Amino acid sequence: MSWRAAVVTFPGSNCDRDMAVALERASGTPALRVWHGDSDLPERLDFIALPGGFSYGDYLRSGAMAANSPIMRAVKREAERGVPVLGVCNGFQVIAEAGLLPGALMRNAGQTFICRTADLTVDNTESVFTRGYEQGASIRIPVAHHDGNYFADADTLDRLEGEGRVAFRYGENYNGSQRAIAGILNESGNVLGMMPHPERAVDPAHGGTDGLVLFESAVKALAEA
Amino acid sequence: MKVRILVSLKPGVLDPQGRAVHHALEGMGFEGVDDVRIGRTVELDVADSTSDEALEKMCEQLLANTVIENYRIERLG
Repeated sequence: MSWRAAVVTFPGSNCDRDMAVALERASGTPALRVWHGDSDLPERLDFIALPGGFSYGDYLRSGAMAANSPIMRAVKREAERGVPVLGVCNGFQVIAEAGLLPGALMRNAGQTFICRTADLTVDNTESVFTRGYEQGASIRIPVAHHDGNYFADADTLDRLEGEGRVAFRYGENYNGSQRAIAGILNESGNVLGMMPHPERAVDPAHGGTDGLVLFESAVKALAEA
Repeated sequence: MKVRILVSLKPGVLDPQGRAVHHALEGMGFEGVDDVRIGRTVELDVADSTSDEALEKMCEQLLANTVIENYRIERLG
Protein backbone atom coordinates (compact mmCIF):
# COMPACT_ATOMS: atom_id res chain seq x y z
CA MET A 1 0.00 0.00 0.00
CA SER A 2 1.27 3.43 -0.79
CA TRP A 3 0.18 5.98 1.76
CA ARG A 4 0.86 9.65 1.29
CA ALA A 5 0.27 11.95 4.22
CA ALA A 6 1.32 15.58 4.55
CA VAL A 7 1.83 17.74 7.62
CA VAL A 8 1.47 21.50 7.12
CA THR A 9 3.82 23.73 9.12
CA PHE A 10 2.83 27.33 9.85
CA PRO A 11 5.18 29.85 11.46
CA GLY A 12 4.67 29.02 15.13
CA SER A 13 3.52 25.41 14.70
CA ASN A 14 5.24 23.26 17.32
CA CYS A 15 3.58 19.84 17.08
CA ASP A 16 4.33 19.28 13.41
CA ARG A 17 7.19 16.88 14.01
CA ASP A 18 5.19 14.90 16.58
CA MET A 19 2.37 14.66 14.05
CA ALA A 20 4.78 13.38 11.38
CA VAL A 21 6.15 10.77 13.82
CA ALA A 22 2.61 9.58 14.69
CA LEU A 23 1.64 9.30 11.03
CA GLU A 24 4.80 7.33 10.24
CA ARG A 25 4.23 5.04 13.20
CA ALA A 26 0.70 4.23 12.02
CA SER A 27 1.51 3.85 8.32
CA GLY A 28 5.17 2.85 8.15
CA THR A 29 5.69 5.66 5.62
CA PRO A 30 7.37 8.99 6.38
CA ALA A 31 4.98 11.95 6.15
CA LEU A 32 5.62 14.72 3.65
CA ARG A 33 6.20 18.17 5.11
CA VAL A 34 4.60 21.26 3.62
CA TRP A 35 5.28 24.92 4.39
CA HIS A 36 2.37 27.36 4.86
CA GLY A 37 3.61 29.66 2.09
CA ASP A 38 3.46 26.91 -0.53
CA SER A 39 0.51 27.39 -2.82
CA ASP A 40 0.12 23.71 -3.61
CA LEU A 41 0.08 20.45 -1.73
CA PRO A 42 1.91 17.36 -3.00
CA GLU A 43 -0.22 15.38 -5.42
CA ARG A 44 -2.36 12.35 -4.57
CA LEU A 45 -2.48 12.84 -0.81
CA ASP A 46 -4.33 10.35 1.37
CA PHE A 47 -4.24 12.44 4.54
CA ILE A 48 -3.56 16.06 5.51
CA ALA A 49 -2.71 17.09 9.06
CA LEU A 50 -2.71 20.59 10.51
CA PRO A 51 -0.70 20.44 13.73
CA GLY A 52 -0.88 22.20 17.06
CA GLY A 53 1.13 25.21 18.10
CA PHE A 54 0.73 28.95 18.03
CA SER A 55 0.61 29.89 14.37
CA TYR A 56 1.44 33.57 13.86
CA GLY A 57 1.71 33.94 17.63
CA ASP A 58 -2.08 33.64 17.91
CA TYR A 59 -2.29 37.24 16.62
CA LEU A 60 -5.81 38.62 16.15
CA ARG A 61 -7.49 35.28 17.06
CA SER A 62 -5.98 31.81 17.34
CA GLY A 63 -5.80 30.34 13.85
CA ALA A 64 -7.16 33.45 12.08
CA MET A 65 -3.98 34.38 10.23
CA ALA A 66 -3.07 30.81 9.26
CA ALA A 67 -6.61 30.27 7.94
CA ASN A 68 -5.85 32.83 5.25
CA SER A 69 -2.38 31.56 4.29
CA PRO A 70 -1.77 30.35 0.72
CA ILE A 71 -1.66 26.64 1.55
CA MET A 72 -5.16 26.74 3.08
CA ARG A 73 -6.74 27.29 -0.33
CA ALA A 74 -5.22 23.97 -1.40
CA VAL A 75 -6.26 22.28 1.86
CA LYS A 76 -9.86 23.45 1.34
CA ARG A 77 -9.83 22.14 -2.23
CA GLU A 78 -8.57 18.72 -1.13
CA ALA A 79 -11.06 18.61 1.77
CA GLU A 80 -13.89 19.22 -0.70
CA ARG A 81 -12.56 16.33 -2.80
CA GLY A 82 -12.92 14.08 0.23
CA VAL A 83 -9.29 13.78 1.36
CA PRO A 84 -9.20 13.23 5.16
CA VAL A 85 -8.05 16.41 6.93
CA LEU A 86 -7.17 16.35 10.62
CA GLY A 87 -6.75 19.57 12.60
CA VAL A 88 -5.39 19.20 16.12
CA CYS A 89 -5.44 22.00 18.69
CA ASN A 90 -4.21 25.05 16.76
CA GLY A 91 -4.97 23.02 13.63
CA PHE A 92 -8.61 22.81 14.80
CA GLN A 93 -8.63 26.57 15.38
CA VAL A 94 -7.25 27.06 11.86
CA ILE A 95 -9.85 24.89 10.12
CA ALA A 96 -12.68 26.44 12.13
CA GLU A 97 -11.45 29.92 11.17
CA ALA A 98 -11.16 28.75 7.57
CA GLY A 99 -14.81 27.71 7.64
CA LEU A 100 -14.14 24.00 7.08
CA LEU A 101 -15.91 23.28 10.36
CA PRO A 102 -18.66 25.26 12.11
CA GLY A 103 -18.22 27.18 15.36
CA ALA A 104 -15.26 28.85 17.02
CA LEU A 105 -12.69 28.11 19.73
CA MET A 106 -12.79 30.74 22.45
CA ARG A 107 -10.66 31.44 25.52
CA ASN A 108 -11.04 28.65 28.13
CA ALA A 109 -13.88 29.50 30.50
CA GLY A 110 -11.50 29.46 33.48
CA GLN A 111 -9.07 31.80 31.66
CA THR A 112 -6.11 29.51 32.29
CA PHE A 113 -3.96 27.47 29.93
CA ILE A 114 -4.87 23.82 30.49
CA CYS A 115 -2.18 21.16 30.16
CA ARG A 116 -3.11 17.66 31.33
CA THR A 117 -4.26 14.26 30.15
CA ALA A 118 -7.98 14.33 29.44
CA ASP A 119 -10.51 11.53 29.61
CA LEU A 120 -12.56 11.64 26.42
CA THR A 121 -15.65 9.75 25.34
CA VAL A 122 -15.81 8.54 21.76
CA ASP A 123 -19.14 9.60 20.29
CA ASN A 124 -18.68 8.72 16.62
CA THR A 125 -17.22 5.47 15.35
CA GLU A 126 -18.21 5.86 11.69
CA SER A 127 -15.58 8.28 10.36
CA VAL A 128 -12.25 7.30 8.85
CA PHE A 129 -10.61 8.73 11.99
CA THR A 130 -12.74 7.06 14.63
CA ARG A 131 -13.83 3.68 13.33
CA GLY A 132 -11.07 1.94 15.28
CA TYR A 133 -12.67 2.99 18.57
CA GLU A 134 -15.66 1.45 20.27
CA GLN A 135 -18.83 3.52 20.67
CA GLY A 136 -18.82 5.24 24.03
CA ALA A 137 -15.25 4.16 24.80
CA SER A 138 -13.32 6.21 27.31
CA ILE A 139 -9.86 7.16 26.04
CA ARG A 140 -7.03 9.21 27.49
CA ILE A 141 -5.46 11.91 25.31
CA PRO A 142 -3.36 14.92 26.38
CA VAL A 143 -4.73 18.44 26.02
CA ALA A 144 -2.66 21.65 26.06
CA HIS A 145 -4.48 24.83 25.11
CA HIS A 146 -5.65 28.27 26.11
CA ASP A 147 -8.37 28.69 23.49
CA GLY A 148 -10.25 25.40 23.44
CA ASN A 149 -13.69 26.52 24.58
CA TYR A 150 -15.88 25.33 21.70
CA PHE A 151 -18.73 27.66 20.83
CA ALA A 152 -21.51 27.36 18.26
CA ASP A 153 -25.13 28.49 18.33
CA ALA A 154 -27.78 26.08 19.61
CA ASP A 155 -29.05 25.20 16.11
CA THR A 156 -25.55 24.27 14.98
CA LEU A 157 -24.96 22.19 18.12
CA ASP A 158 -28.27 20.37 17.61
CA ARG A 159 -27.36 19.68 14.01
CA LEU A 160 -23.89 18.37 14.95
CA GLU A 161 -25.39 16.04 17.53
CA GLY A 162 -28.30 14.99 15.32
CA GLU A 163 -25.97 14.09 12.47
CA GLY A 164 -23.54 12.21 14.71
CA ARG A 165 -20.79 14.71 14.01
CA VAL A 166 -19.52 15.05 17.56
CA ALA A 167 -16.44 12.82 17.48
CA PHE A 168 -15.19 13.24 21.05
CA ARG A 169 -16.44 14.81 24.29
CA TYR A 170 -14.59 15.69 27.47
CA GLY A 171 -15.36 13.48 30.46
CA GLU A 172 -14.81 16.51 32.66
CA ASN A 173 -15.48 19.76 30.81
CA TYR A 174 -12.24 21.59 31.67
CA ASN A 175 -12.56 24.47 29.24
CA GLY A 176 -16.27 25.28 29.19
CA SER A 177 -16.96 23.92 25.70
CA GLN A 178 -20.60 23.84 24.63
CA ARG A 179 -21.95 20.35 25.34
CA ALA A 180 -18.43 19.28 26.37
CA ILE A 181 -17.41 19.00 22.72
CA ALA A 182 -13.74 18.10 22.20
CA GLY A 183 -13.83 17.24 18.48
CA ILE A 184 -16.22 17.55 15.55
CA LEU A 185 -16.55 16.27 12.00
CA ASN A 186 -17.73 18.01 8.84
CA GLU A 187 -20.84 16.86 6.99
CA SER A 188 -18.97 14.32 4.84
CA GLY A 189 -16.98 13.01 7.80
CA ASN A 190 -13.60 13.60 6.15
CA VAL A 191 -12.59 16.67 8.19
CA LEU A 192 -11.97 16.26 11.93
CA GLY A 193 -11.05 19.09 14.26
CA MET A 194 -10.14 18.29 17.87
CA MET A 195 -8.44 20.12 20.72
CA PRO A 196 -6.80 17.03 22.34
CA HIS A 197 -3.51 15.79 20.87
CA PRO A 198 -3.75 12.20 19.59
CA GLU A 199 -0.15 12.46 18.32
CA ARG A 200 0.97 12.72 21.95
CA ALA A 201 -0.46 9.29 22.77
CA VAL A 202 1.12 6.96 20.22
CA ASP A 203 3.81 5.23 22.28
CA PRO A 204 3.63 3.36 25.61
CA ALA A 205 6.31 5.78 26.82
CA HIS A 206 3.79 8.61 26.30
CA GLY A 207 1.65 6.99 28.96
CA GLY A 208 -0.74 5.40 26.50
CA THR A 209 -1.48 4.70 22.86
CA ASP A 210 -5.13 5.74 22.61
CA GLY A 211 -4.19 8.35 20.01
CA LEU A 212 -2.48 5.85 17.72
CA VAL A 213 -5.87 4.21 17.07
CA LEU A 214 -7.01 7.38 15.27
CA PHE A 215 -4.09 7.34 12.82
CA GLU A 216 -4.31 3.58 12.33
CA SER A 217 -8.04 3.93 11.58
CA ALA A 218 -7.26 6.33 8.74
CA VAL A 219 -4.53 4.08 7.34
CA LYS A 220 -6.82 1.06 7.52
CA ALA A 221 -9.70 2.96 5.92
CA LEU A 222 -7.53 3.72 2.92
CA ALA A 223 -6.31 0.13 2.64
CA GLU A 224 -9.92 -1.08 2.60
CA ALA A 225 -11.15 1.58 0.20
CA MET B 1 -8.13 58.18 5.92
CA LYS B 2 -8.29 56.68 9.38
CA VAL B 3 -10.86 53.99 10.03
CA ARG B 4 -11.62 52.44 13.37
CA ILE B 5 -13.09 48.95 13.56
CA LEU B 6 -14.71 47.97 16.84
CA VAL B 7 -14.99 44.23 17.32
CA SER B 8 -17.17 42.96 20.15
CA LEU B 9 -18.52 39.61 21.27
CA LYS B 10 -22.09 38.95 20.20
CA PRO B 11 -24.77 39.20 22.87
CA GLY B 12 -25.26 35.79 24.43
CA VAL B 13 -21.67 34.68 23.88
CA LEU B 14 -20.08 34.15 27.27
CA ASP B 15 -17.12 36.46 27.88
CA PRO B 16 -15.00 34.90 30.66
CA GLN B 17 -12.47 37.72 30.42
CA GLY B 18 -15.18 40.35 30.86
CA ARG B 19 -16.58 38.43 33.79
CA ALA B 20 -13.19 38.24 35.50
CA VAL B 21 -12.73 42.00 35.04
CA HIS B 22 -16.25 42.57 36.35
CA HIS B 23 -15.40 40.62 39.51
CA ALA B 24 -12.17 42.59 39.86
CA LEU B 25 -13.99 45.93 39.61
CA GLU B 26 -16.46 44.80 42.26
CA GLY B 27 -13.60 43.58 44.44
CA MET B 28 -12.00 47.04 44.13
CA GLY B 29 -15.16 48.59 45.51
CA PHE B 30 -16.64 50.06 42.33
CA GLU B 31 -20.40 49.87 42.61
CA GLY B 32 -23.16 49.81 40.05
CA VAL B 33 -21.27 47.93 37.32
CA ASP B 34 -23.88 45.65 35.74
CA ASP B 35 -21.79 43.94 33.09
CA VAL B 36 -18.36 44.03 31.44
CA ARG B 37 -17.69 42.91 27.87
CA ILE B 38 -14.22 43.06 26.33
CA GLY B 39 -13.66 43.72 22.65
CA ARG B 40 -10.92 44.81 20.29
CA THR B 41 -10.16 47.96 18.35
CA VAL B 42 -8.42 47.82 14.98
CA GLU B 43 -7.25 51.12 13.51
CA LEU B 44 -6.66 51.20 9.79
CA ASP B 45 -5.05 53.89 7.67
CA VAL B 46 -6.54 53.39 4.20
CA ALA B 47 -6.82 55.21 0.88
CA ASP B 48 -9.63 57.79 0.87
CA SER B 49 -11.27 55.91 -1.99
CA THR B 50 -11.69 52.69 0.07
CA SER B 51 -15.34 51.63 -0.23
CA ASP B 52 -17.65 50.55 2.57
CA GLU B 53 -17.91 47.25 0.80
CA ALA B 54 -14.14 46.71 0.94
CA LEU B 55 -14.05 47.55 4.65
CA GLU B 56 -16.92 45.14 5.32
CA LYS B 57 -15.08 42.39 3.45
CA MET B 58 -11.97 42.98 5.57
CA CYS B 59 -14.09 42.56 8.69
CA GLU B 60 -15.99 39.52 7.45
CA GLN B 61 -12.95 37.68 6.14
CA LEU B 62 -10.32 38.46 8.76
CA LEU B 63 -10.77 41.20 11.35
CA ALA B 64 -13.84 39.67 13.02
CA ASN B 65 -15.04 36.09 13.42
CA THR B 66 -18.73 36.54 12.72
CA VAL B 67 -19.57 33.25 14.44
CA ILE B 68 -18.91 34.94 17.78
CA GLU B 69 -18.25 38.61 17.07
CA ASN B 70 -19.98 41.73 15.77
CA TYR B 71 -18.09 44.62 14.23
CA ARG B 72 -18.71 48.31 13.70
CA ILE B 73 -16.88 50.47 11.18
CA GLU B 74 -16.21 54.12 12.02
CA ARG B 75 -14.68 56.45 9.45
CA LEU B 76 -12.63 59.00 11.35
CA GLY B 77 -11.77 61.09 8.29
